[in-house]
Amino acid sequence: MKFLFKTDYEDDIRLFPHSGYLWTYGTLLILIAAAPHFLSSYLVSQLVFVSIYAIVGVALLILTGFTGQASLGHAAFLAIGAYTTAYLQQFGVPFPVYFLTAGLLTGIIGAIVGFPALRLHGIYLVIATISFALIVEEILARWESVTHGNEGLRVKTIQMLGTTVPRDSPGFYYLCMGVLIFVILGAINLLRSPTGRAFVAIRDSETAAKSMGINVSLYKVKSFAISAAITGLAGCLFAHKLSFISPEMFTLQLSIEFIMVILIGGAFSLHGAVLGAIFIVMVDPFLTFLKDDIPGAIANLSLLLGAGAERAAAIEKSSAAFASANGLKGAIYGFLIMAFILFEPLGLYGRWLKIKLFFQLFPLYKRATFKRQKIYVKSERNR
Amino acid sequence: MSYFRAENLSLHFGGLKAVDSVNFALEKGEILSIIGPNGAGKSSIFNLISRLYNPTSGRLFFEDQEITQEPPYSIAKLGIARTFQNIELFENASVLNNLLVGRHRHCTSSLWQEILYMPSVRRDEKIHRHKVEQVIEFLDLEPYRDRVISGLPYGVRKVVELARALCTEPKLILLDEPSSGLNVEETTDMSFWIRDMQSELGITVLMVEHDMSLVSRVSDRVIALNYGKVLAMGQPAEVQSHPDVVAAYLGA
Repeated sequence: MKFLFKTDYEDDIRLFPHSGYLWTYGTLLILIAAAPHFLSSYLVSQLVFVSIYAIVGVALLILTGFTGQASLGHAAFLAIGAYTTAYLQQFGVPFPVYFLTAGLLTGIIGAIVGFPALRLHGIYLVIATISFALIVEEILARWESVTHGNEGLRVKTIQMLGTTVPRDSPGFYYLCMGVLIFVILGAINLLRSPTGRAFVAIRDSETAAKSMGINVSLYKVKSFAISAAITGLAGCLFAHKLSFISPEMFTLQLSIEFIMVILIGGAFSLHGAVLGAIFIVMVDPFLTFLKDDIPGAIANLSLLLGAGAERAAAIEKSSAAFASANGLKGAIYGFLIMAFILFEPLGLYGRWLKIKLFFQLFPLYKRATFKRQKIYVKSERNR
Repeated sequence: MSYFRAENLSLHFGGLKAVDSVNFALEKGEILSIIGPNGAGKSSIFNLISRLYNPTSGRLFFEDQEITQEPPYSIAKLGIARTFQNIELFENASVLNNLLVGRHRHCTSSLWQEILYMPSVRRDEKIHRHKVEQVIEFLDLEPYRDRVISGLPYGVRKVVELARALCTEPKLILLDEPSSGLNVEETTDMSFWIRDMQSELGITVLMVEHDMSLVSRVSDRVIALNYGKVLAMGQPAEVQSHPDVVAAYLGA
């Protein structure tokens, strides 16, 4: 186990507490850079989705994980970013301009949503953000002069510095990863500065935050605006990746997927957003695998176990029907949420920390180290 | 003119008069204790001063400035810090981060500077950490610096809360039952710290307290409350032997 002796305030502030971090993240960076050269184009495409989901995950972490304001409306923010992109493209606006405009506009709308949210807590806030998402979905379907309603909008490929960046090219992959890295660095900076601490203070005790001189309303609105702005940037990338957008892509299910990104990843660390994004994006390939390969495998197994050919065919048919049933994805999501809340409330990142600690302490690890215990329960009286 | 003043302060919850036309004043650098049985309105007065409650009537003045209409967050900016009876710490943050939140009123960086972590933010951050370190040393919190609050025992939390209030560099500090839940030794420490805060840091102290030995050890003056009204005011010994106070505590 490594012990750090701190001799300077810088030791608590710096990005990489010790050289081990530099090695880990340096290797990761090289792997990310090299990925398009040794992964199939399908996997690279999945990685682009991972990066987009991770950007939204970071946005949601700032709002939900650190400020404690739950939101089920992030699909709407993503939609606003995506539609801003598609709309501005029609006028020949260059990529950097509409990319930043998408973030800025979504941020402003996020701040506007933040105001009514000031008086709402917990489940009521969730309901308010769901209604916001539904309103946006409806506006996108009805405001045909701008959004072309349910027909949707085409998104042209990115033109930058005289070259085009098609959505399947490594260039687009690098662009998405670059944005993700910048967003993560920005979020880390924010969280180690006074604003980030104010967010955490609001999450843990609004009363105490007020009496420490934190303008709670202002910081809640700030948190909403920042979170929405980041999601707007992701929306721009999302629109380019899909090359076609329509209102039914930005439904409640997408918002739930975003919440799952931080729930499964671990709601108290930026690592969680990335891990959760990988997990959620990989659910789709897993379902495809389930549909394509599993029924045949089950049929072969039943043949081996001595079932007749006719019986095996029937089994294959019924298991294929099960694997392609409507709502299977939703059921799997529901199951995953329950499993994580019950067995691993700290998410994938929490599990990783436990594994790491196990090896660091090797023969001395205590199973009770992470057992949750309440030494003293604080009252909710002043809330 | 006195340093801090409450004029005809009243707080009514429907028919219940939690605080009823209370008048008192604090001189700069003094330690004033408010005593009284449960439900006498002591914590309500604190919540009125820190503007968590709006007074039904009456006015509050601090350094000759009226603060009755100020929003809660600017009270801290004026230099009034407080602790809570039922500890209100940021549970999932470390002691160090809790104390750094106390520095919030001295933070001036803008959002963009913070996102880019400009040199000015880094420089301010070091100043804040230095100030926090001084408070940690003052209250002997070194062993707990990096511990998360949710794993700390009650007594330590009480001290961390006091430390957080001190990190704001207050001129006036409101202590809501600083010794409740502490053992004899911790209470003694607390009384030394309160005295030191007054003499070394020059902070004016207003405190609510039940432990009469602590009250008489540290306070310059004492106010006794019952049913939201002031029963007696004066030297600790005087107030303790006042017939109305004795009656309020023992029932006559």
